[in-house]
Amino acid sequence: MSDLDTFRAEVHRWLDDNAPDEVRTPPRSEEDVCWGGRKVRYPAPVKRWLQVMAERGWTAPTWPEAYGGGGLSADQAKVLREEMAALSLRPPLVGFGLTMIGPLLLQAGNEEQKREHLPRIVRGEIRWCQGYSEPGAGSDLANVQTRAVRDGDDFVVTGQKVWTSYGDRADWMFLLVRTDPTVKHAGISFLLMDMESPGVAVRPIKLISGASPFCETFLTDVRVPVRNVVGDVGAGWGIAKMLLGFERNMIADVFKTREDRSRLLKLARRYLRTDGGRITDAVLRDRLTQVELDQLCMDLTLARSRDRLKAGQPPGPEASIFKLYGTELNQRRRELMVSIAGPQGIGWEGAGFSDEELGLTRDWLRSRGNTIEGGTSEIQLNIIAKHVLGLPD
Amino acid sequence: MALVLSEEQEILKRTAREFVSGRSSLKRVRALRDDREGEGFDAALWAEMAGLGWLGIVIPEAYGGLELGFTEQMVVLEELGRGLCPEPIVGTVLLGAMAVLLGGSEGQKEAILPAVVAGERFLALGYQEPGSRYDPTRVATRAERAGSGWRLTGEKLGVVDGQAADHVIVSARTDGEVDDAGGITLFLVRSDAPGVTLERQHRIDGRGAARLVLESVTVSSDALLGTEGTGAAVLGRVLDRATIGLTAEMLGSMCVAFETTLDYLKTREQFGRPIGAFQALKHRAARLFIETELARSIVMEAHAALDRGADDAEIARLASAAKTRCSDAFMLIGNEAVQMHGGIGMTDEHDIGLFLKRARAAEIQFGDAAYHRDRVATLDGY
Repeated sequence: MSDLDTFRAEVHRWLDDNAPDEVRTPPRSEEDVCWGGRKVRYPAPVKRWLQVMAERGWTAPTWPEAYGGGGLSADQAKVLREEMAALSLRPPLVGFGLTMIGPLLLQAGNEEQKREHLPRIVRGEIRWCQGYSEPGAGSDLANVQTRAVRDGDDFVVTGQKVWTSYGDRADWMFLLVRTDPTVKHAGISFLLMDMESPGVAVRPIKLISGASPFCETFLTDVRVPVRNVVGDVGAGWGIAKMLLGFERNMIADVFKTREDRSRLLKLARRYLRTDGGRITDAVLRDRLTQVELDQLCMDLTLARSRDRLKAGQPPGPEASIFKLYGTELNQRRRELMVSIAGPQGIGWEGAGFSDEELGLTRDWLRSRGNTIEGGTSEIQLNIIAKHVLGLPD
Repeated sequence: MALVLSEEQEILKRTAREFVSGRSSLKRVRALRDDREGEGFDAALWAEMAGLGWLGIVIPEAYGGLELGFTEQMVVLEELGRGLCPEPIVGTVLLGAMAVLLGGSEGQKEAILPAVVAGERFLALGYQEPGSRYDPTRVATRAERAGSGWRLTGEKLGVVDGQAADHVIVSARTDGEVDDAGGITLFLVRSDAPGVTLERQHRIDGRGAARLVLESVTVSSDALLGTEGTGAAVLGRVLDRATIGLTAEMLGSMCVAFETTLDYLKTREQFGRPIGAFQALKHRAARLFIETELARSIVMEAHAALDRGADDAEIARLASAAKTRCSDAFMLIGNEAVQMHGGIGMTDEHDIGLFLKRARAAEIQFGDAAYHRDRVATLDGY
């Protein structure tokens, strides 16, 4: 038996011994998964699952053990993922600490920052949010106006952030601030800020889907220690772009793993007329096939990208398309689901609509944001045109 | 099989690219197109391709082939597609040799395949008829017993590379009605047999095609390919493999059409700047690029599936998925390429029009995108 096989057997046994029964079913909603932090209470089995996994560092399997991570190789982490999937285990912890600021600190943080923040992310003690966009800085992100003025060992931060995902539930924020108003990109710095600091106020924003996953964050003379600057003062734009790469990977990832692929056809069979199994509405049938085949091509392109990395080749130009194409494809899928549900696809609440039907409508509305958040599709097209195709400005 | 080329495959790709760029210019392709009396390809170049082993990449060594994988064949076809090479590889190799390999007897394979691989024999497959569109089982051509052999009567259209073929494999009905899937049998017919008329069809892409008329053509019993009445199954397997091969060629052609357009966007100036600086064109160029990447993934996967011995159902689905993607992508790129070139793109003098015409012909060949989506839906049971 190879080392990896031994590892697999050990992992399987340990997971089976330690996972509470309650986490052995797929999550039905965001509330079924632990996002960590001090502000949200989770059921006891979810907390216990987080605790046992965090003790082994397996909430962040590939992070170094020195920072609380699992210290696993890529192959071992894959084994862990596969064995968790084999037991239908929910992830013990999700969130922007693990997917965004953690990887960023590993790459660009100083030793003190890594030691302070990474172990607390691994243990799920601190939930992070992202303070990038502002009312005047959306697609033109480098136009951030939130001011950070040096005062002794602190920066004094004043301004407004918007589209802060789960800002009302987060404990810390990583944010872009303007430390120099005389230059655009070189005047930006990247800060880590405790949301408990005096002068921080958060207000949820209600969306067209009815949900409020985003907030506005108002900052009034908030004092942030200078040691909380990641990278150098004035080097924040480079850090921000590095992090946007992680964010786009994460958004593309969501569409790869979350969707139940057979759902579209199941809905079609339920809502559309069929003749011997064949959908009689030729147009919807064609749209359905189109979405499924486009998804196949997208999945294969992701696989091709992974295979390149495994073969030791640098990432190819195909990696630039995932955010753009993945989000647009998800929108088309959601839109088609509503079309298939027809009159049952436009319910808002109450009688006459099932919970699933109401979910279809809200998911469709939510999906409209996919091509806006994390860099709009138009910005993605600019990036491909400039950096992949070399088209002039 | 990973979706990444091995070192050996990369070397083959470089060899093929150098061959095409060194030996086959678009000027050559244009001259062949304009020579109305010729056979539409260059016999000397064909002999060179045979010398490189490219006519028998997937054919077993026992019949003189290289016995490599479909992925190797893909690599070569993509490069030939980059040059819009009109040599009769679709008719002779992808259709003809594959039909013999999948449907023929041991004797037929031994008699035919080594000669194909050596570049000495040209084949074609006649399966489309007036009104059959893309359906290979709609067959009106009839074969009746005549002594120990058969007598064939009917008409075939769009016989790819048929103008150059010395033998045409013909689907004919030995039983049943026009639309029955059963009762179809494949026959190997000599082009110079009495009663055979083979006339060149001139298509928009200048590629070889022919109309085949069979008037009481008698063939001996050993002209039967496979067994009586089982032709539809062999035909289906051959067409799926040829379709997958064609998508590799289409991928190469669409990439060049895109690259040519990208160059034009960077060099053509209007309003004092390169037109590629305008966002209206930039964004569309980025979308065309995405199409080439998605097409590449499905083309590679379809070939990888053949190499890993996937079953016929999976091959059929992947063939249709790849053809759908490549048909749509190549047409979009062809149309956009002409649009972005502006007036010069409408002239015969500029090469970009050659790609649009090839896009249209290749889109139709073996069924367009809508036909193949319908096929996937049917295969998937809805």
